[in-house]
Amino acid sequence: MTAPIRELGFAEAIREALAIAMAEDERVFVMGEDVGVYGGAFQVTGDLVQRFGEDRVVDTPISELGGAGVAVGAALTGLKPVFELQFSDFSTLAMEQIVNQAAKLRYMLGGSVSVPLVVRMPTGSGLGGAAQHSQSLEAWFAHVPGLKVVEPTTPYDAKGLLLAAIDDPDPVIFFEHKLLYKTKGPVPEGRYVVPLDRAETRRAGRDLTIVAAGVMAQKALDAATILASEGIEAEVIDPRVLRPLDMATVARSVTRTSRLLIVYEGAKSFGIGAEIAAAIAEGEAFGHLDAPILRLGGAETPIPYSPALERAAVPQVEDIVAAARRLARGEA
Amino acid sequence: MTAARAEDAPPVAVANRPAIYDRVGAGGLREALRRMHLIRRFEETAEDFYVRGKSYGTMHLSIGQEATAVGVCAALGDSDYVTSTHRGHGHCIAKGAEVGRMFAEFLGRETGYCRGRGGSMHIADPAKGNLGANGIVGGGIPIAVGAALSAKRLRTGAVVASFFGDGANNEGAFHESLNIASLWKLPVLFVCENNQYGMSVAFARSTAVASVADRAAAYSMPGVTVDGNDFAAVAAAAFEAADRARRGGGPTLVECKTYRTRGHSRSDRNRYRTKDEIEAWKARDPIERFERELSALGVATAADAASLREAVEREIADGVAFAEASPAPSTAELMRDVHTPAAAAPR
Ligand SMILES: Cc1ncc(C[n+]2csc(CCOP(=O)(O)OP(=O)(O)O)c2C)c(N)n1
Ligand SMILES: [Mg+2]
Repeated sequence: MTAPIRELGFAEAIREALAIAMAEDERVFVMGEDVGVYGGAFQVTGDLVQRFGEDRVVDTPISELGGAGVAVGAALTGLKPVFELQFSDFSTLAMEQIVNQAAKLRYMLGGSVSVPLVVRMPTGSGLGGAAQHSQSLEAWFAHVPGLKVVEPTTPYDAKGLLLAAIDDPDPVIFFEHKLLYKTKGPVPEGRYVVPLDRAETRRAGRDLTIVAAGVMAQKALDAATILASEGIEAEVIDPRVLRPLDMATVARSVTRTSRLLIVYEGAKSFGIGAEIAAAIAEGEAFGHLDAPILRLGGAETPIPYSPALERAAVPQVEDIVAAARRLARGEA
Repeated sequence: MTAARAEDAPPVAVANRPAIYDRVGAGGLREALRRMHLIRRFEETAEDFYVRGKSYGTMHLSIGQEATAVGVCAALGDSDYVTSTHRGHGHCIAKGAEVGRMFAEFLGRETGYCRGRGGSMHIADPAKGNLGANGIVGGGIPIAVGAALSAKRLRTGAVVASFFGDGANNEGAFHESLNIASLWKLPVLFVCENNQYGMSVAFARSTAVASVADRAAAYSMPGVTVDGNDFAAVAAAAFEAADRARRGGGPTLVECKTYRTRGHSRSDRNRYRTKDEIEAWKARDPIERFERELSALGVATAADAASLREAVEREIADGVAFAEASPAPSTAELMRDVHTPAAAAPR
């Protein structure tokens, strides 16, 4: 019997995953700033406090470092915290506990402990948050052995990936692009998981491969529709999980299309694009390339406030269309 | 509990048998003395390894601070937790670790507490409730609060002692942690080992209050200062704080005034303090003092103490032999334990 499927918002899908995990397992709890009656800065936790009470939906003081450390300690000693940071930018205050402690404890202690912790954080620009509320820091975390880094695109994946992240015995950083919260999509009722090691091919195509996660996967799909009307068939691969990265799926696609465009919102240099490009360049797929690999990343600037500037600072659909066109027509 | 400064601590008055000794019991007192000796001899041996070029990396010795570690852990059981610091050998032994596996870790061997992946600065013994030493000043403090949250939520009755130095009391993590623990009434003993220096910087040059315990007021919790070289004073404060924590009364900040008679780490050339100061503190050695006191009270006679020290020597020698005979980790296992294998994962 398959579960009924409804249209659900991205934020609701995340909330549903939290509710399922909390209902199934007493050890799972949510903590963060204003996650209780306020419902979270982006209304993700919503009414969870009414359903599960203040002991399981815990408002913390504005103490990102302390909160992260409490979550690490709780995870070490029998609970399964899901810690919400209000904006991914504030992870900079919690970095010590996430990077020095959570990511390393198991290894450093010779395998005698696990840290089953999920840190959720809204990421990215597009809402006028300006430089300190709009960053895309995925690559920072993806650089750290011991962490897993997840960035869903659809409500379906948001729910399934979050349930997998909560099940996972190790720390998982869960990025939620703010522009996706209001998007909707089909989501089955009840529990299901999306594994933390598999990319998804969102659209098949023969002319080039576009790799993009989160809101950029959405933009890449919009770009692919425009490109199709011009006779260019783009394959769009959504990694879903940035660490560990499913390079096999990307390499298989590149072997067929011979062209690769990587789109991401974080600053272009030293980012996710560099990692994917280098992995292709090092591997067997490289011999199948008919054109240089293209990266389309964020501008090398803090995210500006004014709307036109903000838009110009990160890849947009028309930028993806233009880059794909050049690549497919051999003008790159 | 009195707020005594180490400097003017009275000489041992045998007539005033500390009340806390009834609670610790004669067996407990002898065990405390044994652990203090074990810590001292572990660290002297570790230092000797270093001098003879047998060990790798750095180490931080707590010689002179043993009464603090053992006094606090006297109030804890195996199901209670501690979080420790870079200067953590004493906490580890006080919480019941085996010196053989500690030496093995120190030498980077596969049989060490961290299978040689952590070294001196990360020794942990989760089975005994030691959640680990820490290379980050203040790193263990919020983790202790999290462990206390688990204890409260899971109703285990456990309390958590978080050791940290005087230097750490100026980290944001300290302040955030005290606030959260007090707010949520969590069972934490915040134990500041005020050994007067953070590396080279004297306490008065780093800290805007006269004593760390003063900071408790800002977080609405009791704050006490005790002579950290006096086992009885430390244990009395620890029991009182642990009792309060177990009753649901929330955290306590316990400041133990003590002194490390060795340098900060091996790179220390003692340029920031005088020989006289070091000698004056050596004269207040916590182990000699405790041993004298137990002898005067008839709890451990001079002969008892001598045989106890002999047993410690054997334990150290056995531990060293075990560690030296242990294999180094295989480089084939470099990638092991970055993540929890699916099969081992607690679900
Ligand atoms: C966050 C951080 N800053 C600085 C250091 C370097 N460091 C290691 S120990 C230490 C002094 C700590 O002093 P204190 O907390 O008093 O502990 P003690 O060494 O006296 O036991 C310093 C500065 C560090 N390990 N971590
Ligand atoms: Mg100090």
